[in-house]
Amino acid sequence: MLKKISKIPFKGTPEQEAQLRAVIEECKDDKSMLMHVMQQAQAIYGYLPFEVQTMIADGMNIPLEKVYGVSTFYAQFALSPKGEYNISVCLGTACYVKGAQELIDRICENLGIGAGECTDDGKFSVEACRCIGACGLAPVLTVNDEVYGKLVADDIDGILAKYKA
Amino acid sequence: MEMINIKINGMPYSVPNGITILEAARYAGIEIPTLCYLKKINEIGACRICMVEVKGARSLVSACVFPVNEGMEILTNSERVRSSRKTTLELILSTHNRKCLSCVRSGNCELQKLCKEYGVDNEGRFDGVLPEFNFDDSMAHMVRDNSKCILCRRCVAACDNQGISVIGANARGFDTCITSPFERKIQEYSCISCGQCIVSCPTGALYEKDSIADVLAAINDPEKYVVVQTAPAVRAALGEEFGYEIGTNVEGKMVTALRRLGFDKVFDTNFAADLTIMEESQELIERITNGGKLPMITSCSPGWIRYCEFYYPEQLDHLSTCKSPQQMFGATLKTWYAEKMGIDPKKIVSVSVMPCTAKKFEIGRDDQNAAGVADVDYSITTRELARMIKGAGINFNILPEESFDSPLGEGSGAAVIFGATGGVMEAALRTAVEKITGKTLDSVDFAEVRGMEGVKEATYAVGDLQVKVAVASGTANAKTLMEQVKNGTSEYQFIEIMGCPGGCINGGGQPIVDATTRNFEDFKAKRASALYTSDANNANRKSHENEAIKRVYSEFFGEPGSHKAHSILHTSYVKRKLYNN
Repeated sequence: MLKKISKIPFKGTPEQEAQLRAVIEECKDDKSMLMHVMQQAQAIYGYLPFEVQTMIADGMNIPLEKVYGVSTFYAQFALSPKGEYNISVCLGTACYVKGAQELIDRICENLGIGAGECTDDGKFSVEACRCIGACGLAPVLTVNDEVYGKLVADDIDGILAKYKA
Repeated sequence: MEMINIKINGMPYSVPNGITILEAARYAGIEIPTLCYLKKINEIGACRICMVEVKGARSLVSACVFPVNEGMEILTNSERVRSSRKTTLELILSTHNRKCLSCVRSGNCELQKLCKEYGVDNEGRFDGVLPEFNFDDSMAHMVRDNSKCILCRRCVAACDNQGISVIGANARGFDTCITSPFERKIQEYSCISCGQCIVSCPTGALYEKDSIADVLAAINDPEKYVVVQTAPAVRAALGEEFGYEIGTNVEGKMVTALRRLGFDKVFDTNFAADLTIMEESQELIERITNGGKLPMITSCSPGWIRYCEFYYPEQLDHLSTCKSPQQMFGATLKTWYAEKMGIDPKKIVSVSVMPCTAKKFEIGRDDQNAAGVADVDYSITTRELARMIKGAGINFNILPEESFDSPLGEGSGAAVIFGATGGVMEAALRTAVEKITGKTLDSVDFAEVRGMEGVKEATYAVGDLQVKVAVASGTANAKTLMEQVKNGTSEYQFIEIMGCPGGCINGGGQPIVDATTRNFEDFKAKRASALYTSDANNANRKSHENEAIKRVYSEFFGEPGSHKAHSILHTSYVKRKLYNN
């Protein structure tokens, strides 16, 4: 799937930048460490926006396109930030046959964003995930660490309202 | 060389060990089709068109990357092979914009050719959902239309080979597309406009921005005085578009064709190449004698200039301040020539035919308007000229051979070799050495700087001076020399750099050489030899002995490096950044 590129302004802090620069400094002589640096960068920032990828490209002396190519190839890298509340909808087989697609559709409709995106206020992000091992509760979603199971689409607005308050 | 025995289609052959099946098949007189393979540039075995059957192998193997071994039995034309290739073509066509009739590559599209050869009669066999196609015309020189892209990645490899990498394969699977980072327009990045991606593309996904309509409109406007100049490398390649052997010099027919197209004057960039040598050698002598910035680096190639501006913005004072020959020509045309002929420069339309796509960018640079109007109004590629000739119904092959108009059509042998890597250096040496020593050269050949190697160097004794020079072509090779300049370890006084590998003869605006020819023939050396032959046959082989050049200085510029020459023939550069342009 094409990854959504966030339009939310980059809000990196000097502390985060110092952390990333330290990682790059350690790895810059070995180009094969690119994936590792990108993983660390994602751990620091939560995602890999333009500003972070150019820092990596310049620091590692690798063309930006090569960094970006890797970030779009592997599912593990995100180009949009996670919201304050990250909603993960399980699209594993059991959840899917129990109607998980309707859940994610309803969430996207409610929040006005697509899967893999974050609301402009940075409050909510939505993603589809693989089986989380709670098939007995199918269809299931998590909001950060809270688990909601045996859902129907009409439950969604109520769940979101709790976090919007 | 160790030889091994193999069988191709049942016939025994002895071939060198270690070569690929693709190369071995040449010994058997068999051309295996390829779409992604470009020798030494893109060897990834991705397109699956070159599949062949190898006895004992479980599946078909890709000939472009699979090495031969002792006793190997290969079938290149079995039913299994042909059916595989046909299916691959049909699959490629399932997401291909099949608007072939109006495609700029119709007739020399490698995909089209193979579809014909393999009898693809149902182009829509696998039609289905289409991915989103990117379309990017943000650059002054080119268009990317991904609806015609077959994802062979030759353009990506060509860009990597230049050390630029502003395009790449992004996303994965069905969504894979060749784009620039963060799906932004390529103009935001450090594309140097060299056009090597265009000449690598097997289909019509990449092409130059076409100015033919504008040029024809100018020709048809009775108020306009339309003048054309042709770069040295154009004459060495234009013939290929009309079926001539690679390396045929078609200067005379080209001049005739341009006249029949209706240009008011047909002049030669060679005149301006000689002018460049006068200015550049003067600048070099001044820098050497007055302790100026060394090494001095040539500024003829606008792709190289852009590379330097993007990647070495702190080293711009090493660049010669000379405008490129194209721009010097336009500047002289609209000042001296206009004045001499009593023509209002605003009525002159200055057209250039170039082997280059970066020239389309260069004409729009700041400070390229000596007469208050653009030095050059339209820059078209060799390919565009060929299309103009064909479109006008001119039968190029039976044209008589005519000569350039005077005086801006006069060029020396030194000028014509500008089109090959090392040519500017050699031309400059011919003039600089005679100027410094005051003696006539015994031989004007500086063979050390000729040839297709990426980096060349030589040392010459010039009077009491030891002059150390280097020549690089292709920006990845330029990087080698520029790192030394940056680190302060460069030992050279003078460096020539051309943006494209091999120089202008392999420019991004030249006729497209299909992959099979590129992989097995040294087309760059052949085109270059046409220029060196022309040089050798020229009665005058030195820029400073060009009579028209002598006149333009005595009547107009005074001395090389004069104030007037500086204001008309020299320019400045800008620091650029890699992102967010």
